[in-house]
Amino acid sequence: MKEGWEAVIGLEIHAQLNTESKIFCGCSTRFGDEPNANTCPVCLGLPGALPVLNRRAVELGARAALALGLRINEESIFARKNYFYPDLPKGYQISQYDRPFSEHGELEIVTATRDAAGHAREWRPMIIRITRMHLEEDAGKNVHEGLPETDRYSYVDLNRAGTPLAEIVTEPDFRTSWEAYDYVNHVRRALQWVGASEADMEKGNLRCEANVSVRRAGEEKFGTKVELKNLNSVRFMQKAIEYEIERHIELIESGGRVTQETRLWDDRANETRVMRSKEEAHDYRYFPEPDLPPLVVTAAFIEEVTAQMPELPEARRRRFMEEYGLSFDDASQFTAERGLADYYERAARAATNARAAANWIRSELLRELEASGRGAEESPVKAEELGALVRLIDEGKISGKQGKEVLVEMFASGKSAAVIVEEQGLAQVSDAGEIEGIVDEVIAASPKQLEQYRAGKETLFGFFVGQVMKASKGKANPKLVNEVLQERLRKS
Amino acid sequence: MNIETIKTRLAGGELDARAVAERALGAAEELNETLGAFLQIDRAGALARAGELDADRGASPARALNSVPVAVKDNICVRGLQASSGSAILRDYYPPYNATVIERLRAAGTIILGKTNCDEFAMGSSNENSAYGPVRNPWDTKRVPGGSSGGSAAAVAARIVPIALGSDTGGSVRQPASLCGIVGVKPTYGRVSRYGLAAFGSSLDQIGVFATNTTDAALALSVIAGRDPRDATTADVAVPDYVSQLTGEMQGARIGVPRELFGEGLDADVRASVLAAIETYRALGAEVVDVELPHAKYAIAVYYIIATAEASSNLARYDGVRYGCRAEESRTLREMYRRTREEGFGVEVKRRIMLGTYVLSSGYYDAYYLKAQKVRALLKQDFARAFERCDAIITPTTPTTAFLLGEKTDDPLAMYLNDVYTVTANLAGIPGISVPCGLSQTNLPIGMQLLGAHWSESTLFRFAHAYERAQPFDARPSVMAKGEA
Ligand SMILES: [Zn+2]
Repeated sequence: MKEGWEAVIGLEIHAQLNTESKIFCGCSTRFGDEPNANTCPVCLGLPGALPVLNRRAVELGARAALALGLRINEESIFARKNYFYPDLPKGYQISQYDRPFSEHGELEIVTATRDAAGHAREWRPMIIRITRMHLEEDAGKNVHEGLPETDRYSYVDLNRAGTPLAEIVTEPDFRTSWEAYDYVNHVRRALQWVGASEADMEKGNLRCEANVSVRRAGEEKFGTKVELKNLNSVRFMQKAIEYEIERHIELIESGGRVTQETRLWDDRANETRVMRSKEEAHDYRYFPEPDLPPLVVTAAFIEEVTAQMPELPEARRRRFMEEYGLSFDDASQFTAERGLADYYERAARAATNARAAANWIRSELLRELEASGRGAEESPVKAEELGALVRLIDEGKISGKQGKEVLVEMFASGKSAAVIVEEQGLAQVSDAGEIEGIVDEVIAASPKQLEQYRAGKETLFGFFVGQVMKASKGKANPKLVNEVLQERLRKS
Repeated sequence: MNIETIKTRLAGGELDARAVAERALGAAEELNETLGAFLQIDRAGALARAGELDADRGASPARALNSVPVAVKDNICVRGLQASSGSAILRDYYPPYNATVIERLRAAGTIILGKTNCDEFAMGSSNENSAYGPVRNPWDTKRVPGGSSGGSAAAVAARIVPIALGSDTGGSVRQPASLCGIVGVKPTYGRVSRYGLAAFGSSLDQIGVFATNTTDAALALSVIAGRDPRDATTADVAVPDYVSQLTGEMQGARIGVPRELFGEGLDADVRASVLAAIETYRALGAEVVDVELPHAKYAIAVYYIIATAEASSNLARYDGVRYGCRAEESRTLREMYRRTREEGFGVEVKRRIMLGTYVLSSGYYDAYYLKAQKVRALLKQDFARAFERCDAIITPTTPTTAFLLGEKTDDPLAMYLNDVYTVTANLAGIPGISVPCGLSQTNLPIGMQLLGAHWSESTLFRFAHAYERAQPFDARPSVMAKGEA
């Protein structure tokens, strides 16, 4: 961002809750079926049909709210948001307005400044205030292509109408596009983590809108904000925000004024375009939905949901630092995804050396996984196996250097470390008796050197070590060899 | 024939379901030109259904409403029959599903005879707002039957069917029942499922029943009442056997009289009849107590804010995209919306949509909608306090008897005042029943209304029945089905 300017950004995320059926009827939420196949009188908005709230959507909504640190309201009210659009069959969307499902969240994320190429430099924690998260139904979809006479007609597919959404709204707490980027990724992972949403932007089950304004550094008043839509990936969102910040600064510096409006990101042209101005903005005439009683969420229900939830990333990160002595960076990296966090814990337990397990995962396993484009869950090396490998090294069965080779082989063959070590005869000889035997043989075969050594030429110690290692084909445990040699050579 | 008669004659073998259906169909077809009560008479469906019932003779008698023909207001969905709600915008709309009340009626053995005329989207008090022409009052065909369920009321009053379904948002069952000299019940909000009832004012709408007598009304309500998992606003409150409660017992009952509702604007004949009914109750052993409803005077104002607000949203779905009615050759989406709704809706509906849109608009919401909700809460409190002192409140159902067609069409406010006694029950969510209580000097029926606390339909039926026994209403309209008494 240009020197002397500050951007103010707020985000709205729509996440589809991962239910089997729609929020107010029993129709399937499956994608890709024949248009209007998954519909019924309720989601078609036929005269006389009435909504009935899907409890599963409430459960998943509660998971999402808890994962984002929101307070769930004991009673929330559904409200009608009135507007006309062909994909909105009732002429209103059932949403929530002045009494949302959950409010007042504080979410700790980690964010990093980026270099010109977009590579993260230094990660730091940051608190984002989440204003609210409410439940609502999705609209259908207008279809303008691929059907007869699209020059004269548009088509409507209502399969998506009524799928449950959680709308997550932040305070204007972001100052850079990358903070917004890191926040959205955090929310995505958190929702996936607790199973509330698939949160896949490409599939459209996570959508994002950004409010962007700029002001001179030090200024308290907000500038005129622009709403950005059609942000189909986190990266597009980041680019659109960046574009918009620069556009605003240029506009103001050249004596112009920002217009309050909604703009769309055009990812082909790499720019934003006007969608509608404020004058055309809707008056949604919200009022309480008379067809649905207030949604009451009891403490017992929240307890039940909490009990079913996996440990949250932040809590787990803190625990990893305390329990396993991991650094902030390692703990953050390992808790970025639930699969990886689970993997690490299992490996650490099998290794009985948590920090060594962490080192092996960070420096070796992740590189192998990345190279093969796999996630931790799909690793050909099971966590327990990696733990066993770490243990072999720890116990001195093989050296660290050998360990790396063994891991590569484990990755390729799927065999366990023990099998590979056995097959390749890599195991170190750590049996004191065996080593004593070899040492004795070597000493017996080198009387001249022994004499010189005992006469004070201690540099010959290295010669004996070399001979023993050679005789053991490199497998003798160096530490033991050292001990035994010291003892035997001293003897007279 | 009332339900009891049908039952007896079926049991005695004098009639079968087919004969019952034929009689009702014949009467409906013959009188429709005079009354305009039906928008669709389902001859084929009714006969087929009667055939089924006759074929299943073994099981049929156990059904509560075996072979009883029923007329259904056109805003209630019956699969296979039209559901225009009296509007041109839903001309030729055939819903693909049954309302819950229809499922329950069918399970009880009824024969759905057809769909009845009504004010467009149930908005009106005279049935003159139907896009398909007015309904005429069987007592005097120059007069209105009341509304909005005018067709159902006329069909029952003319003895075409023993029972009919209507919907009551501000009095649309009780007011036409009163003007047509029959019984009309509006249950407690949440007592009967609204699933399948085209919504007008969702927090006020209830499906209600018309019958020629209290017993039939009680029987019909016991069939359709009860929680429905498809309607989240129905309550899980047990439905008593209403008919078994019709004991005639009034000893120790307390009847509340809100004196302020017997003042200005009330027709002298109506007042005299209702006051006489109060004396009948006293004579039956009831205690008559004065009650106050200090906020009732705001009821019409509150009602026309809340009902129109909800209607403006409920009717948004009729936008030309679905249901067939669409202004063709529109250049833009906006133009299609505007023209479709301009052409498809009638004057009263448009007036209410505009009112409702206005009171919900940003900047006006607090002053109108929110304030109306506050007064609504106060009115509920009024009733709660009143029902601490009495078991039912008695009022006239309507300020006047049936008025002439065209008499009030140019004066919406005068038309709205017809609902002055009935809207309170919808706002408070309490049940109400209208029972014939006499004739005016011009030989038009007069109705009295009994209001009760939530879920007190049993009490209302018992009180209405006791009155009916003491003062049988023997007068009959001039237009009636042949052979009916
Ligand atoms: Zn559906």
